[in-house]
Amino acid sequence: MIPMVSQLGGEGPIAWILQIAWIVMIVATFIYGQRIQMMLMLRDVESSLFRLKLMRNKGRKTAISTIKEVGKPEEDPTDRVDRFLEYIAIGPVALDPAGIIWRLEHVLDVREVRFKESVKAMVPKADKTQINNMENMLEAALALNIIYKVIRHFYVLGKKTKSLYIIMQLQMLLPLIMREAEAFSNALRAFTQGQPIGDGIGALVAAKLMRGHRKKKVAKDTLMAKVPIEGRTAYVIKATGPGGNVGKPGEAIKQIIKENKGKITTAILIDAGLKLEGEKAGEVAEGVGVAIGGPGVEKYKVEESALKYKIPVNAVIIKEDIGDAVSVMRKEIFEAADAAIERIKRLLLERTKKGDSVIIAGIGNTIGIGQ
Amino acid sequence: MSEEGSSKGRISIILFVIILVALGLSLVAFYQAVIVYGSGDPSLGTWFLLIGFMGIALLTYMLLQTRRRTFKLPIQAQRVATTILCQKCGFKNIRDFERGDYVFKDVTEECPKCNEKMAIASIYREAEKKGKKD
Repeated sequence: MIPMVSQLGGEGPIAWILQIAWIVMIVATFIYGQRIQMMLMLRDVESSLFRLKLMRNKGRKTAISTIKEVGKPEEDPTDRVDRFLEYIAIGPVALDPAGIIWRLEHVLDVREVRFKESVKAMVPKADKTQINNMENMLEAALALNIIYKVIRHFYVLGKKTKSLYIIMQLQMLLPLIMREAEAFSNALRAFTQGQPIGDGIGALVAAKLMRGHRKKKVAKDTLMAKVPIEGRTAYVIKATGPGGNVGKPGEAIKQIIKENKGKITTAILIDAGLKLEGEKAGEVAEGVGVAIGGPGVEKYKVEESALKYKIPVNAVIIKEDIGDAVSVMRKEIFEAADAAIERIKRLLLERTKKGDSVIIAGIGNTIGIGQ
Repeated sequence: MSEEGSSKGRISIILFVIILVALGLSLVAFYQAVIVYGSGDPSLGTWFLLIGFMGIALLTYMLLQTRRRTFKLPIQAQRVATTILCQKCGFKNIRDFERGDYVFKDVTEECPKCNEKMAIASIYREAEKKGKKD
């Protein structure tokens, strides 16, 4: 096609212009092809970065305005919020992995206490539920700030070093990162209002099961109720609601197993699980293993206790995507709670006998869900 | 919190130059197509038209891309519904979510049918109508 095009127009000046334009384009593509590609990628990253910045700023503003509205603090909380958004937690050393779980738990506990104290200082007149919700909201704003800063770091680094490969990796990952950032941005609204989020579906199932029964505190921010289900005694566990809180389900299960001297026939954990593209949100799946997300401390505790007493652990998963997990609970997911309860009952009938003791733990953030 | 800008003007100078050059070349190609058609060479004229349209398509695409990126930032507000249920007769009242609502909260209002206490049975987000989700 090139020779054909180069002959266009015959001998006139326009033919010359077209021929020169073609030659310039070919030479420019050879020499600056990679640069042009990088420029286009940078433009793509830049526009995403701009959106991330807007989300981050919106998160910060929402946090400040909600604290002012709910907590009615005497002093301006802006500085405290800005300090909070820059907060870092350093994980334990992994060179000697023995005991790393307990060291990680300690770091996480310290972090949580510190977060709660910071929030209490910002909203001294708020109640416990509001403090938990504010903490969740600030954590979402913190996540947005970190995402924005990390992407900005690689964008500036790629630009400075003119490295196509840094920019290329960033551009390829951006669609997934943007989805996550948008999810956190939507989560802010849920946290400021105290609305239930998709991640709380496990807690909702437990709440439905324990409603109307006596509850007692079994671990930090975690409740337990003894519930008769299908002739079995179920120790139903959930985080203490309705404030934003995940509790310590692993610790609670460990305590109950210990109190019953290992005489637990089975444990069933209900949690939200990430669905694959093409799967329906709110689908219920079951399997074996400890269905607890997060850093792994609580999961480890359950695995350790279950192994010690050879207790089979079953999982009931309600599928949803990352956006659903941290934004206000969708109707389809809410309605999946009843389907999950049916699954639990069927599991109990198939795997246990009348008079057995079982543990049923609803995992997840219990924001907006009482008991 | 330092603010390093990435929110400056949306169309860069280089992009603007590329668009101008593409526009110039396209116009030249259209002009040449008219002349060549007039001189009785339709196949050559078609080539010029093709080049012209390619140029126009390229710059339209670039402009649309730029515009789309500039304005696409809505974070949509979602309607969240609270369902209040009478435990005795099953009477349902669905209203917009209010701050302080939570699932299984006993509310002060009584059932209009049987005067029993009511509680919040569900709080969820209404399905998106766009059909974007599964």
